[in-house]
Amino acid sequence: MSDQERVLKFQIFRYNPQNKGDKPRMVTYEVTEAPGMTIFIALNEIRETQDPSIQFDFVCRAGICGSCAMVVNGQPTLACRTLTSTYEDGEIKLLPLPGFELIGDLSVNTGKFMRAMSERVESWIHDNYADEVNFERLEERMDPDVADEIYELERCVECGACVSACATKRMRPDFLSAVGFMRLARFALDPRDKRTDEEFYEIMGDDDGVFGCMTLLGCEDYCPKDLPHQTQIAYLRRKMALI
Amino acid sequence: MKVIYTDSLVIGGGLAGLRVAIASMQRGFDTIVLSLIPAKRSHSAAAQGGMQASLGACIKGDGDDEDVHFGDTVKGSDWGCDQDVARMFVNTSPKAIRQLAAWGVPWSRVRGGDRDVIINGEKVTITEKEEAHGLITSRDFGGTKKWRTCFTSDGTGHTMLYAMDNKAIQMGIPVHERKEAIALIHEDGVCYGAIVRDLITGELIAYVAKATTIATGGYGRLYSVSTNAVISEGIGNAIALETGIATLGNMEAVQFHPTAIVPVGILTTEGCRGDGGLLLDKDGYRFMPDYEPDKKELASRDVVSRRMTEHMRKGKGVPSRYGDHLWLDITLLGRKHIEKNLREVKEICEYFLGIDPVEEYIPVRPTQHYSMGGIRTKATGESPTLKGLFSAGEAACWDMHGFNRLGGNSVAETVVAGMIVGEFVADYCDENSLNVSTSTIEHFMKQEEKKITDLLVRDFGENPFQLKAEMQKIMMDKVGIFRNGEDLEQAVEELKVLNQRAKKIALRNRISSSNPELVEAIRVPKMIKLAQCVAYGAMLRTESRGAHAREDYLERNDKDWLKRTLTTWKDDSSDLPEVTYEDLDIMKMEMPPGSRGYGVDNTIHHPDTPKREQEIEEIKQANPGADRYEMHDLLNPTPIPEKFKGRNERIGRGFK
Repeated sequence: MSDQERVLKFQIFRYNPQNKGDKPRMVTYEVTEAPGMTIFIALNEIRETQDPSIQFDFVCRAGICGSCAMVVNGQPTLACRTLTSTYEDGEIKLLPLPGFELIGDLSVNTGKFMRAMSERVESWIHDNYADEVNFERLEERMDPDVADEIYELERCVECGACVSACATKRMRPDFLSAVGFMRLARFALDPRDKRTDEEFYEIMGDDDGVFGCMTLLGCEDYCPKDLPHQTQIAYLRRKMALI
Repeated sequence: MKVIYTDSLVIGGGLAGLRVAIASMQRGFDTIVLSLIPAKRSHSAAAQGGMQASLGACIKGDGDDEDVHFGDTVKGSDWGCDQDVARMFVNTSPKAIRQLAAWGVPWSRVRGGDRDVIINGEKVTITEKEEAHGLITSRDFGGTKKWRTCFTSDGTGHTMLYAMDNKAIQMGIPVHERKEAIALIHEDGVCYGAIVRDLITGELIAYVAKATTIATGGYGRLYSVSTNAVISEGIGNAIALETGIATLGNMEAVQFHPTAIVPVGILTTEGCRGDGGLLLDKDGYRFMPDYEPDKKELASRDVVSRRMTEHMRKGKGVPSRYGDHLWLDITLLGRKHIEKNLREVKEICEYFLGIDPVEEYIPVRPTQHYSMGGIRTKATGESPTLKGLFSAGEAACWDMHGFNRLGGNSVAETVVAGMIVGEFVADYCDENSLNVSTSTIEHFMKQEEKKITDLLVRDFGENPFQLKAEMQKIMMDKVGIFRNGEDLEQAVEELKVLNQRAKKIALRNRISSSNPELVEAIRVPKMIKLAQCVAYGAMLRTESRGAHAREDYLERNDKDWLKRTLTTWKDDSSDLPEVTYEDLDIMKMEMPPGSRGYGVDNTIHHPDTPKREQEIEEIKQANPGADRYEMHDLLNPTPIPEKFKGRNERIGRGFK
C-alpha cells in the first residue's frame, strides 16, 4: 500500500423517497485516502464531515453480518471490507443494491426480503418432535462430516449480493434466487429436517424455483462468502427432477 | 397518537431478545420484537469462538460438569458475580445447547480416534473416545479448567443466531425492524412499554406492553476503538437509566479482549489461542509464560490484556503508524486447521490486513470488547426497582460475569438468560394485567416529540458527531485497561462538560424522517450519560477487581469493595449519576472469595470469608454422604424455573 495521500472521488447515488419531490441523482464527494481505508470508513467520514443526511447500512463492519452490500463500481459486494486502495484510479461509484426496496441513498430493505424468503422456504428444522426433545439427555448424534457440511452451506449472511447479481430475478420478480436455494440445500442436507423430497418440490419445483434459473451464475461470481451456489443449484435440480 | 398493544415487548433482536420472545410466545402471550436492524444482523452473529456448556464429551472436557463451570465462572468474575445467577446459568447451559442442536445449529462434533492438536506450542496427539463419536465437541478457551467451549468453526454466533431467528420465524413472532426505542413508558414504578421511533419514516409510536424486556447488547461504542458492532451504543441501558428509577449495575466493569486486529479493532477469536496460537513480541519472543507460567496465553481475558499492555510498556511492542501492537501467531496450527476451524479469522486477515494468517503473524492489541455492566436485575431478570422491566444478555447486569467475563460465556448467557428470564417474563404476563392510563402514554409521547422538535428547530449549536468523538476519546484515553484516580477525575470533569454541550445539539439536516444525523442527536446525549456512569463508577471504586484495574489501588479489596455499584440518574439537570452500593453476601456464597491464581495474590480479605469457609467445612463434615447436588442445595439453593431444573446427562457418567 502506498503511503502517498491521494484524493478519492466518490460518486454516490442519492435519493430519499421520504422527501417529497426529491429526485434520484449522483453526487460527487472527495475524501483524502488514509492507509487501510475501507468504504465503511470513507462513507462515515463523508457523513460526519460533509453531508450528514447520507444513508447507508453498516452493523458489524467486519464482513460478518451482511448489512452493507452495495454496488461498488458495477459489482455487488460488502462495502465494509472493501479497501479503497483496490481502485487504482481512485474513482469509486456507489449504487444501492438492485432488486430490493430502496429505503434511501445506499440503504435497501434486505430484511423484509429475507424474512419473506425464510417464510417461503420454511427455513427451519421440520421435526414434529423438535419441541419435545428432552434436553436433559444426550443430544442426538450427528456425523462430524455432516455437521461440517451443513456449516459450509449455513455461512450465508443474507447480504443479497446474489439476488442483485441474478438476471433471472430481473425477469421473474418472484424468483426465489440463490439465497433461497442455498437455504433449501442446507435443510435438505440436514438429517434433523424430516421434510421429504416431495415437500421440497412443493416449495421450489416451478419456474420461480430451481427450474427457472437460467444458470448465468452471477450468484456464484459475487457471493462474498464464496458459497457453492453452482453445485447446490445443480444438486437441487437433479434432486427435484427425480420426483 | 399511534399506539400498539402487546403482552411481551422485547427490545433487541439478538440471541437474548429472540429467546425471551420465543419463551413468551410458547406460553401463549402476544409478543413483538423491536430491532434497529434485521434480527439476523444483530451483534450476536459476530461471536466467533463458541459457547460454554459443560457437556464433557470431548476427551479434554472429560470430568467437566456444572460445578467446574461454576468455579471457573466465579473465579473469572473475580468473585464479583451473583453466585445464585452463576449457578442457574451453569445448570441450564447444557440444556440450552442441546435445545439449539434440536433447532438446527450444526455444532461441530466429536470424531472418535486420534487427532493432532497444538498444546503449549507443541503438537500432541489426543484420542477421542469412540463412544463419544457424533456428540457435540468443544475447544479450549481462556480461564477454564476444561475444554468446554462448543462451536461451529469460528462462526458460532452466526449459526446460533440463524437457528434462533429461524425458530422465531417458524413461530410467527413479528420483528419490527428499523425501530428504535428512545424512552420507556412508566407510571408509579411500573414499566409499560416504550416510545419508539421508526427509523425510516421518523414516526413516533407507543408500544404499550405488560412486560418490557431490554436486550440491546452492550455499550462498547462508548470507546473509539471497540470490537463491537456500530450499533452497540448502549441505548437500551440509557433509556432504563433515564427513567430515574431503574438502576444500572457495575457500569465500570468493561472488558478488553486481548486480540483485536490493528488498527480497525475487529476481533480475532479467543479460539485462536484456545486452539494453540501464541502471543509474540517485537523480537518474536513468546512472553506470556514469563508473566503467567501456569495458564500462559490462556489466562483470563483481563489478565492477558493487562500483561500485553505491560509488555508493550516495557518497549517490547511492535511499532506501527497506529501505535504499538503485538503479534498473534497461528501459523503453527497449519493451513488445514485454520481453513476449517478459523476461517472467519482468515477472511478478516485477508480482507482487512491483506495477509494470510497461515503464513504470517496477525497484528493485535487489547481492545474494548464486552460490557459486564448493564441494567441491574434480580435473578428473575426483572429490575428490582422498576416493575415490569426485564433485561437479558449483555444489556443486563444479571450478574453472572461480575468484573470479568470468560470467553464463551457471553453467547451462553444470551440463550440461557433468554430461557430463564423468558419464563419469568411469561409468569409476569400471566399474573399482571395491563393497567396504564392513556394520559401517561401521551405524556411520554409528547416529551419525546418535544425533544425532537427542539432539535429540528435549533439554528446553531453542537455537532453530534463531534461530541461523540470527543466522548469516545475521553473513554479511550482515561477509562481504559489501566485506570488511575487522576485520569478518572479528569474524565468525569470532561464528561460533565460534554453533558452540558449535548443539551445544545443543532442539526444541519433538519428533517424528521430517515435522518442519520437526527439518530445521532438522539443517541449521543444518552451515550454521554452512560459514559459518565462508567467513568464515575470507576473513579469511586478504589480497588482492582477483574477488568477494573487501578494503578493506584492494585489490590482486590473484599473488605471494602465486595459490592456491586448501582447507578441511577434521577435528576435530569444533573451532570452526575447517583451512586449506591449493594453488598455481596459472603455468608450465602457457595464459593467464598479466594485467589484466582494469577500473579501475586494481594487480596484484602473480608472478615466473613474465613467464617464462611469454616461454615462450609462444617456443613461438609456433617453431611458426609451428600452428593454434589445435595451439597449444592445445602450450601446455597437457587431458584431455577421448574422446566430447567433437571440434571444433565453426560457420556460415561449418566446423570451423576
